[in-house]
Amino acid sequence: MKSTERRPFRGCWAFALLFVVVFFAPAARAEPIRLWHAQRGDEQKALEEIVARFQGERVELLALPSDAFKSKVSAAVQFGEGPDLFLDAHDKLGDYDGRKVVAPVGDALDRNAFAGPTLAAVSLHGEPYGVPITQKSIALYVNTDLVKEIPADLESIAALAEHLPAGVVPLAYYSQSTYYHAGFVHAFGGLMLTPDDQFGFVGPAAEKSLDFVLDLRAKKVVAEDTDVSVVTNLFRSGKAAFAIDGPWLATSLADAPLLHYRVAPLPHVRAAGKPLQPYLGVEAVMLTPKGATRPEVRALARLLASPEATKIRLERARTLPARIDVPLPPEDAFLAAFAEQARSSIAMPSSLAMNAVWEPSDRAIRKVLRRDALPALALSEAKRRFDDVRRPAPPPASRTPGLVVFGALLLLGAVSLVRRAKEPEFRRDVKRSLPAYAYVAHAVIAVGVLVVLPLVLGALTSLLGGSIQNLKEVGWNNYVGLHNFVQILTARGGPLLSTGSFYVVLLVTVLWTVLNVFFHVAIGVALALLLSRPMLRLRALYRVLLIIPWAVPSYVTALAWKGMFHRQFGAVTGLIQALNETFGTSLEPISWFARFSTAFAANVATNVWLGFPFMMVVTIGALTAVPDDVLEAAKVDGASRWQRLWLVTLPMIRPSLLPAVTMGAVWTFNMFNVVFLVSGGEPDGTTEILVTEAYRWAFTRNAQYGYAAAYAVLIFLLLFGRTRISDWRAERREAREKEASAAAMAKAAGGAA
Amino acid sequence: MNKKPSFFESAASHVVLVLAVSFALYPVLWVVALAFSGTQTPSPRVIPVPEAPTLAHLSAVVGATRKVDGVDIWLFGRQLANSLVVSLATALVGVLIAIPTAYALARFRFAGKESGVRALLATQMFPAVASAIPLYMILNYLGLLNSRTGLVVCYASTSVPFSIFQLRAAFEAIPVDLEEAAMVDGATRFSAFVRVVLPAARPAIAVTALFAFMGAYNEFILAATLLDKEEMFTLPVMLQRFIGEYDAQWEKFAAGALVVSLPVMALFYVAQRHLVAGLTAGGVKG
Repeated sequence: MKSTERRPFRGCWAFALLFVVVFFAPAARAEPIRLWHAQRGDEQKALEEIVARFQGERVELLALPSDAFKSKVSAAVQFGEGPDLFLDAHDKLGDYDGRKVVAPVGDALDRNAFAGPTLAAVSLHGEPYGVPITQKSIALYVNTDLVKEIPADLESIAALAEHLPAGVVPLAYYSQSTYYHAGFVHAFGGLMLTPDDQFGFVGPAAEKSLDFVLDLRAKKVVAEDTDVSVVTNLFRSGKAAFAIDGPWLATSLADAPLLHYRVAPLPHVRAAGKPLQPYLGVEAVMLTPKGATRPEVRALARLLASPEATKIRLERARTLPARIDVPLPPEDAFLAAFAEQARSSIAMPSSLAMNAVWEPSDRAIRKVLRRDALPALALSEAKRRFDDVRRPAPPPASRTPGLVVFGALLLLGAVSLVRRAKEPEFRRDVKRSLPAYAYVAHAVIAVGVLVVLPLVLGALTSLLGGSIQNLKEVGWNNYVGLHNFVQILTARGGPLLSTGSFYVVLLVTVLWTVLNVFFHVAIGVALALLLSRPMLRLRALYRVLLIIPWAVPSYVTALAWKGMFHRQFGAVTGLIQALNETFGTSLEPISWFARFSTAFAANVATNVWLGFPFMMVVTIGALTAVPDDVLEAAKVDGASRWQRLWLVTLPMIRPSLLPAVTMGAVWTFNMFNVVFLVSGGEPDGTTEILVTEAYRWAFTRNAQYGYAAAYAVLIFLLLFGRTRISDWRAERREAREKEASAAAMAKAAGGAA
Repeated sequence: MNKKPSFFESAASHVVLVLAVSFALYPVLWVVALAFSGTQTPSPRVIPVPEAPTLAHLSAVVGATRKVDGVDIWLFGRQLANSLVVSLATALVGVLIAIPTAYALARFRFAGKESGVRALLATQMFPAVASAIPLYMILNYLGLLNSRTGLVVCYASTSVPFSIFQLRAAFEAIPVDLEEAAMVDGATRFSAFVRVVLPAARPAIAVTALFAFMGAYNEFILAATLLDKEEMFTLPVMLQRFIGEYDAQWEKFAAGALVVSLPVMALFYVAQRHLVAGLTAGGVKG
């Protein structure tokens, strides 16, 4: 019966399909070209202008945040979506190649238009994988109001220190960053990464580079504790005579009319006998495997790198072209300086191994500059960390034990299910539960598909080893059994209680959670109680003002906190100075991120600030359920204010607060943002918590997703175990109480049926 | 009913509240100062005031336009609308999914309840770092990529576990007698739930909806990953665009962050009304 009923429908489907094919076929042929990029400001405008000149298919431009760029492009392309072409710097090519999201550019590249080193930078396996468009490196910015002549070498800049006005530092650059420090290493004849993918930041050249910078710092030649925005602000406000930075600094200087500056190639280092040699990044058009097969996409890539486009970029965005056949504007000293610098720069390695260099070397540089370790020691530690990240993937494990365990569990589950289904009591239970199931079904489906399923799949990836570049190629070859867990729990063969080992990080995480939750609840409940006082004036205003920490996006407020803790320019230092001036004390400014205790305190302060409004709002909601008459009755009975609070109000709101406190604890345990943004693990990774550690393994340590997932599973087991223990305790304690209320429950359940 | 509190007492509570407000506002005032500063001289200062005040950053953020298919659209307005629509829809869908489940957990006894609650709590314990990629694969399979609906579905289901716990506690705080009285009067279980329990739980529902809204409103990683069109992006994604690989336009980011937080504060101001309408109001209505 059913099949005959269905037949006409089948005809319908066929017709609909035909309609779809006929209707959409022409549209499918004129599929637009999709171009993704992370460019901003004038560069973005220039790009839009160039693309508008493209004669051919429609081009869909998508401007993305640079943070999300690489992972989004990779995920989209691997699942058959995503762009036909995209713009990124050449040093990511190794990564993109490993993820199989780039293809050789073929006839999109005009080889004669580029210099050999530029072509080499965008080549992999002897073939070009990108069409170069612009080049970027750092160079020397000179404040010409302060300095008339550009000194020949860095030592002469250092000698200027005494001749500059008070409060002006000779040189500002982001000295804690590997990218900026690399120029010094190169000057002393070293490399950050050797050609055979080994850690290069060790040995005499590396040590000399650090000693040299230490010496500059000791002589107060270089601004301390800088980051990119401190450098910008120092130079912009005339408080630094020189700055080392890229062309992006000029963008921030554009609206500072009182400042006069020029740009020159980086100076020599007399001690090394060579100039500072910075890294060069080549921005290139990259084609995805799908895009590379479309002639019109290659035509667009050619246009993007054409002399015509280069001229537009020069005019609109003043970027240094990668082509050699387009003359620079003759009057433009800025571009000429960057062009000269580019010729003596070293192209950033595009090898995947470079990904593993940044974190260990950043930490080593910071450690040395803080004078926590001598260069040789810090560098050998960095090398050990690099090797640890680069350790070869474990051999595939036998899948038999895993399959046996899985099969046994499945069988056990099936058997117990069948056995229970046979019990008449269970059947009756289920039957009686049916009305309740109607209430929960949709939540079960939504949470099951979009929350539980990803979680289970994510947990399963913890059984995969090594670096997982291409998600589509994951298979039994990556299966390593419980290897990741063993590695984590044995601290990868290192001492169990060393920095960064699972146990130490766990300790920090627990301390972090306890302190945060305590302050969240204490401040949140206290404020909610105050706000719920009868006859309080301005209640609505207070409430709105007090949720502000929660309302403003935490990304920017976390960084505002970090800024307040800056040793030189932070508000806390300002406060200390104000105290000193007022009371004649001589308190020293605190270097917040140089010690574990202060860095940890800074993290906690930020997170307490971010989190208390949540508990406050929950408590306000819970307090509405406390009936006034109960409090009145307590008052009549002679209970004091404290007694009413401790014996009536708090016990009454406790059940409503409990879920928020439990969840708050869990969320704090996994609070990634604040630690990442405020201390960033400083000093030396000691303030990392488990989840930031997991994040680093997944995203900054060569995509070791399996290892990160193992951390996630351990976090899960810890939290789950913890709640089970307290559940069990509570169950035992409340067993008697439950008995008493069982009658009431049965009544309610009877009502449900 | 309540005696007027003594002058000393209310003065003390105002002092504490003003202190708390200053603690809450101080870092935000730095963001404000940054957003309106034309220049920044690095020096340790205690009082956040904009240097060389300017509205340039604010107008650059708010006035952002983009040509889409040959037509200039007001990108900021579009993204603000996206943010509001997505977050409101998330709050609505999330709370609608959570309410019946929370009610069932509060009032009924059924097979699998205990383990279900445990599983629900467990979902919050697994860090997103490991489940993000599988989620992307599932959404791809369901065809929910590159649509605001997909984003709402995602946000809503993520918000459901917390909403369920929150609402369950609220429903449990409502005396069973209220419903039973209604049912004695001839109401069905469901209509007793809608007409008696829901009004009584209004403050908790408002708070829960606000949480779901906030979660969606400030999220940017999922939004940036799932959506493929600028005119579909939400505001946090736009904000993130001000941070480049080497440099960041903090002034614009700050200006944008302030603008982004205004609707939340407005919403909270409105939602407050529901916070004061307590148990008794609902009870009387039922």
